[in-house]
Amino acid sequence: MSRLQTTLLPPLLAVLFAALLCSIALLISGDNPGAALAVMVTQLGAGTTAVDVINTGAVYYIAGLAVAVGFKMKLFNIGVEGQFRIAACVAAIVGGLLPLPPVLHVIVILLTGMLVGMLWALVPALLRAYRGVSEVISTIMLNAVATGVIAWLISPAAFGFVQGNNISTPPIAPTGHFPGIDLGPSGTIFGMVFVAALLGVGYWFLLGRTRFGFELTASGESPTAATAGGVEARRMVLIAMLMSGAVAGLIGLPEVLGREHAYTLVAPQGYGFTGIAIALLGRNHPAGIAVGALLWAFLDKSALALDNIGVPREIVLIMQGVIVLSVVVAYEIVRRYAMAAEQRRVAAELRAQQQPVAEGAAT
Amino acid sequence: MTAPATSRPVPAARARRLPGWATSMLVVLVGLVVLSITATLTGQLQLTSAGTAQAAVQLLLPILFAGLGGLWAERAGVINLGLEGMMILGTWGAAWAGYQWGPWAALAAGAVFGALGGLLHAVATVTFGVNHIVSGVAITLLGAGVTKYLSTLLFLPVSANPRQSPPLRGFDSFSITPLTDVLDALVRANLVFVTDVAGILQGLLTGLTPTVLLGALAVPVTYLLLWRTAFGLRLRSCGENPVAAESLGVSVYMYKYIAVIVSGGLAGLGGAALVLNPGQLGYLEGQTGGRGYIGLAAMIFGNWRPGGLLAGSALFGYVDALQLRAGGDAVHALLYAGTILAVLVAVLWFAQRYWLAAVWALVAGLVVYLVYFFVDTIPSQFAAFAPQIVTLLVLAVASQRLRPPAADGLEYRRGEGD
Repeated sequence: MSRLQTTLLPPLLAVLFAALLCSIALLISGDNPGAALAVMVTQLGAGTTAVDVINTGAVYYIAGLAVAVGFKMKLFNIGVEGQFRIAACVAAIVGGLLPLPPVLHVIVILLTGMLVGMLWALVPALLRAYRGVSEVISTIMLNAVATGVIAWLISPAAFGFVQGNNISTPPIAPTGHFPGIDLGPSGTIFGMVFVAALLGVGYWFLLGRTRFGFELTASGESPTAATAGGVEARRMVLIAMLMSGAVAGLIGLPEVLGREHAYTLVAPQGYGFTGIAIALLGRNHPAGIAVGALLWAFLDKSALALDNIGVPREIVLIMQGVIVLSVVVAYEIVRRYAMAAEQRRVAAELRAQQQPVAEGAAT
Repeated sequence: MTAPATSRPVPAARARRLPGWATSMLVVLVGLVVLSITATLTGQLQLTSAGTAQAAVQLLLPILFAGLGGLWAERAGVINLGLEGMMILGTWGAAWAGYQWGPWAALAAGAVFGALGGLLHAVATVTFGVNHIVSGVAITLLGAGVTKYLSTLLFLPVSANPRQSPPLRGFDSFSITPLTDVLDALVRANLVFVTDVAGILQGLLTGLTPTVLLGALAVPVTYLLLWRTAFGLRLRSCGENPVAAESLGVSVYMYKYIAVIVSGGLAGLGGAALVLNPGQLGYLEGQTGGRGYIGLAAMIFGNWRPGGLLAGSALFGYVDALQLRAGGDAVHALLYAGTILAVLVAVLWFAQRYWLAAVWALVAGLVVYLVYFFVDTIPSQFAAFAPQIVTLLVLAVASQRLRPPAADGLEYRRGEGD
């Protein structure tokens, strides 16, 4: 199989398999899978759905990149979830409290988000690098801690801003709003969408085209080989984790800067885990992650359309879960198949080389 | 793909002076004394009240089951990050069977649903060699999705709420009456230490349910099965050195499958325990609230051993119960207990001539005491994640002494050993 096939086949198979499984589930519960599929496709033309998919896709894209930076080094930053939430919360507080001139205001908010995300990732990074603590456990614990800290930060005792029944961070003045592209009735594309795209380009260049990116990937593939080549593994762990945290710090900001202009108690959660799924789907490749993010956002938005025709919207969650699980299984199967094919090819070549030698020895 | 290299510390070479059970008793005793002193000096009587102990038991059960689940899987070399998802499946299964056929069916269905999640994890990690953490995260996502879908489909028509199950009947609770009466008299006698111990014991023996007994049984049964039978030895050998186990004729795949399915079943039981909690009967979306992960943390806290795991989940359950029942003031008093504990540890380490460690313990004690002194109460939002902070501290301080199974999280394929 060619490289293109081994890359593209697994996700396609996974999506098809998930669709098949969900169709069966729908048939069992007495719904029509055909109608469900039709409404999922036609929803894109209606109202603001297409723009919503792009906006949510941008959020997911940043989340996928944040996770992928860690994955490149075989670091499992499960803590993207906590990092993004606390970063969005603190950035919204800083943005709401500081009166600043227009462009600077947005930049300060963005930098605050990155800094806080980085700091929240610093704890597991240090624990991993100097105490050998698995980053998986420490980041899971820090996710829970972040939830508590955010609840305290938003409470009226700290920085909470009470408005009717809602508690949020103090609202950000218009100087701190990130302007979007107004498409009239189709909605407004977040300005942060372009920041997300830039991040993708930066990710591609840094990891794919620089010496640093090579060292990072190398120390992920084989720490011993990298150390032998003069790369300090400990430093790489710190850098990868901090970069992951910094990118994670931006995940919540498209919504804070483009729509909510504050961080509320009911702000969406789970983007960090979505990011893990999307990074897996896109195999840590910037283009793959983009496709995964858009697919995920599209499925998310389908939930509403499905609800309208009486199909339980939760079928989308099943579909997403099945896609992640089957895509990793599919990648593994294809990898094994490709490896076996490679072994057969090499063995055949070796036989072909050895034959004349063996014949020569006989004469 | 290989999992990240967790710490692989050299086992401590120091010979043990006391047998394991004696050490555990000593630790429990010291803990009780410290709590008793704290309760007396700070006036926070909830620290050792029967009510707190009783609530702690109910809160530690799900964590304990999840932790045991983690123990089974990791002892066979499979990291199970899907515990949370299997627990969610367990809550749904327990509620679904429970509202129709009663609490025993709830327990069974919880275990079966969890075991199904475990089976999925086993297929992905053992048969297909998918990275354990990736598969675990995926199963958690899938578990949450499946239960939401099924709730909309099956609970919504009965309970009129897609996020909640219809009301279900729990177990009748019972108390060991003659004993609790004696203990009650002791509590009323108001003697220092005796009252505190009696209060906690009274709480442990009141409001018992079959779920509690099951939890109390699961720990020794797990220990006996895994450490005192040939089956257990083979299972653990798969987690330490699967290639060696294979060369001795152990079917590594089969043992890993058994371990991970049991692991899922235990996590599902944890979910059922949550659903059957007398204080809050029934399924509620998101009710697991990360307890599967805390179970994993309790297991690590307990150094991959059943006894330590029990201590870890008791600690988490206790802190949780304390902050639910008595709020920030009582958790604040725990800082005082922490100071005493730090000083004790420092004295112990001085006696053993670990000078540097002892000084660090003293500094930590001082910091905790300063926080205690300058802060009046702990905001409830902070008190809620005290268990996680404790886990992080334990990991930071003791990670070099922890010893996970040697082949934990590594991919194994039959016949590919070197």
